[in-house]
Amino acid sequence: MSFAFPNFRAARKLLSIRGGVHPNDQKILSSESAIEQMPLPNLLRIPLQQHIGALAEPVVAKGDIVDKGQLLAVGQGSVSASIHAPTSGLIVAISRFVAPHPSGLPVPTITLRPDREERWTDLPSPLDLEKSTPEEIAKRVASAGIVGMGGATFPSSVKLNLRNRFKLETLIINAAECEPYLTCDDRLLRERSADVADGIAFMARALDINKIIIGIEENKPDAIAAMSKAVEGVLANVQIVAIPTRYPMGSEKHLVQVLTGQETPARGLTADIGIIVHNGATAYAIHKAARFGHPLISRILTVSGRAVKRPANVEVLIGTPIVDIITHCGGLVGTPSRLLLGGPMMGQPIANTRSPVVKGSNGILALSHNETRRDEIMPCIRCGNCVNACPSGLTPLDMNARIRNEELDSAVDIGLLDCVSCGACSYACPSNIPLVQSFNYAKGKLIVQQRTKQRQEETKRLAKQRNDRMERIAAAKREAMARRKAEKAAKLKKHTPEKEIAPPSSSSPLIAAPNKSAEPLEASVEPLITEAAQ
Amino acid sequence: MNSQSLVCGPHAHSMTSISNVMMLVILALLPTTLFGLYVFGWPAIFLFLVTIVSALFFEAICLAIAQKSITRYLFDGSALLTGWLVAMTLPPWAPWWIGVLGSGIAIIIGKHLYGGLGQNPFNPAMVARIMLLISFPLHMTTWIMPAPLLSDGAPGIIEGFTITFFGDAKFDAISQASVLDYVSAELGRSRTLESILPETFSYLNLTLGQVPGCIGETSALLILIGGVMLLITRTITWHIPVSLIVTTIVLASICNILDPNRYPDAVFHLTSGSLIFCAFFIATDYVTSPTAPTAQLVYGVGIALLTFVIRTWAAFPEGVGFAILFMNACTPLIDHFIRPRVFGRNRSGKPLLTNTGGK
Repeated sequence: MSFAFPNFRAARKLLSIRGGVHPNDQKILSSESAIEQMPLPNLLRIPLQQHIGALAEPVVAKGDIVDKGQLLAVGQGSVSASIHAPTSGLIVAISRFVAPHPSGLPVPTITLRPDREERWTDLPSPLDLEKSTPEEIAKRVASAGIVGMGGATFPSSVKLNLRNRFKLETLIINAAECEPYLTCDDRLLRERSADVADGIAFMARALDINKIIIGIEENKPDAIAAMSKAVEGVLANVQIVAIPTRYPMGSEKHLVQVLTGQETPARGLTADIGIIVHNGATAYAIHKAARFGHPLISRILTVSGRAVKRPANVEVLIGTPIVDIITHCGGLVGTPSRLLLGGPMMGQPIANTRSPVVKGSNGILALSHNETRRDEIMPCIRCGNCVNACPSGLTPLDMNARIRNEELDSAVDIGLLDCVSCGACSYACPSNIPLVQSFNYAKGKLIVQQRTKQRQEETKRLAKQRNDRMERIAAAKREAMARRKAEKAAKLKKHTPEKEIAPPSSSSPLIAAPNKSAEPLEASVEPLITEAAQ
Repeated sequence: MNSQSLVCGPHAHSMTSISNVMMLVILALLPTTLFGLYVFGWPAIFLFLVTIVSALFFEAICLAIAQKSITRYLFDGSALLTGWLVAMTLPPWAPWWIGVLGSGIAIIIGKHLYGGLGQNPFNPAMVARIMLLISFPLHMTTWIMPAPLLSDGAPGIIEGFTITFFGDAKFDAISQASVLDYVSAELGRSRTLESILPETFSYLNLTLGQVPGCIGETSALLILIGGVMLLITRTITWHIPVSLIVTTIVLASICNILDPNRYPDAVFHLTSGSLIFCAFFIATDYVTSPTAPTAQLVYGVGIALLTFVIRTWAAFPEGVGFAILFMNACTPLIDHFIRPRVFGRNRSGKPLLTNTGGK
């Protein structure tokens, strides 16, 4: 590639953005507060589900004394992540506790009482960037329990291993931080830019990629400057691109399109077009894991909103109760209209402030009444704001109308499953219609429908299999019986006169035989059916 | 919709509302409205007020019958805007009952019979205008020469009151055909444009509004200013007005070049009648126009084509209203077939092909 070519592409890129909205970013509330260390809380609640994929399996028991960084639970299956002790202390319980999820339902959780000794466990030896192999790095990332820190919490090691399945060319670092209010990535890039750059170098090595693009929204000039300086001499083929400030710029596929001009096919992965995207905060976690052997036991998050006394960026241990963090930031001012985990666009209401922060929590927001949406919903006036705001080229008003009529399949026909749930449509709607809510409802319902259908089909298949097998067994039995009868008859013919045998009633053995043999068979089929049903 | 207790994302909002949008449109209408009321004097002011008040009155009644919250819907600005638009399209000295009837048709038949706000397939103001035009052709085509407020010969407040509410024959003397009416009629007498045009109109007068016409449609310049306001505030996008106007210019120019004696040029088409007004304020009505950008282009072109055909070859001198109603009827169809391309898919909805990757 020549030198002139990337410039040409850069000019073209900015034109190719479609949709999006410009929320008031409110970042000024916390963007000038340096990252501060949260003091140790009295109790840590560490959920076993902090990632996409299977629940981690605990390897400690109640009453155990654990060291800082010690493995608490092992990831299960191919998509899962291990969980480590955020500090040294006593395991006081392994039970169900309210999860940081809008449902407020309990999930299996390890409760740890810190002993305030901060006694580290034996850590794996530091990795050397030049000498370590991609496999070693990916293994280290997996054992450190690192997940995507942008909020999706997809296990990072799985993504690092995609090099085995795809031909990868470009690593994109997503530091867009397009959600309003959130400034934790901004602060991280400004204050620890060298560490982030080092983490990116490890990622690039693990992926065997040498072309790197770091995308930062242009409303973070200090972060752009800091990163530009930090990558010098650390990363070779790297571009730091100031991308337009527009929500949802941090959406993976849209970011890729803006930065490279390439559009990821629907239902595909960015890896399909040779691109892998990682979050900036994930790079920092990988740096800590590679250089110090530290597992992912803490993260930086933004506490903000007009209903918080002292907005701040805080480095907290995973498992710290939300209420402790709010208290650390001076508590609340009045009663907030919304208390959220995450940003105002895609964040979720906090059902219970005693629930802990997890690996994917990037913000705690307490929004005052003036900062949040009204309650009143008006009829759709077809203004098309949602169509113009949708980054995915959908017609939200039409999709919503179809979903309201319970025509889910026809909503799918016009792109329901291509919706990324960014909420730009609801943001732009003058009638305040909960569009994205409707789409999430429909997607959930479709999944349930699909599962029910699969379950029915599976049950049907198993039942048919069983019937066939029964039929075969019965046929075999009949055949054997007939043969035996024939043999017996032949024998009897030889030795005794026919009349003397009392022939068994012709039907009873035929029915009884399959029934008897059915018992064990049924027992073996039953678990299969229940398994399929789960 | 009862979702008062619903807490769902996004928790931030653009803080726009229906009433905000309606107010922006009304703000954009102000220049041409104020000018119209000024040049046509007291009768126009009375007619304007009667039309708007009756629109709100009918809205309140319909809401009450439909058992909808009056406090919530009456002041959302939509009825005010509908009444306002109806008034803009009336001849300035029309009797009061034309205004009341117009509002009634717009609000009751045009809007609430279909289910109220957001449900109507046709633009209520245009439904009112066309129904009035067909039912009361005489009242709806009695134009007067502008006689600015407080100028010599203009009716005073009491005279204005009598003109609007009791009908006053004394002022019929200065009534006059609109430019479109006149040209259409004279062409029917097989005169050539070359000889007709100098008698009746000057481009400057059409642009500035010194011509007979509806209250809100006299000055192309002020309407254009309002349209630009709508564009700047992003209340509307450029697609409908630009496609409508450009198509008109192209069609008119082609015909004008082919036979200048029979077909007037583009400037005539744009500045006479209500084309510019409708391009910015009526055709862009959210409820009755398509939502996707490409669909809006098709819609704008359709209106321009039909308007041109009706103006040039049909019985009515003015065709914008009919053209808009016709394209309103086509809107669901256009919306259904012309959608934006979905991210990651081609125009026909298939996922894009990957050109790299995939070992």
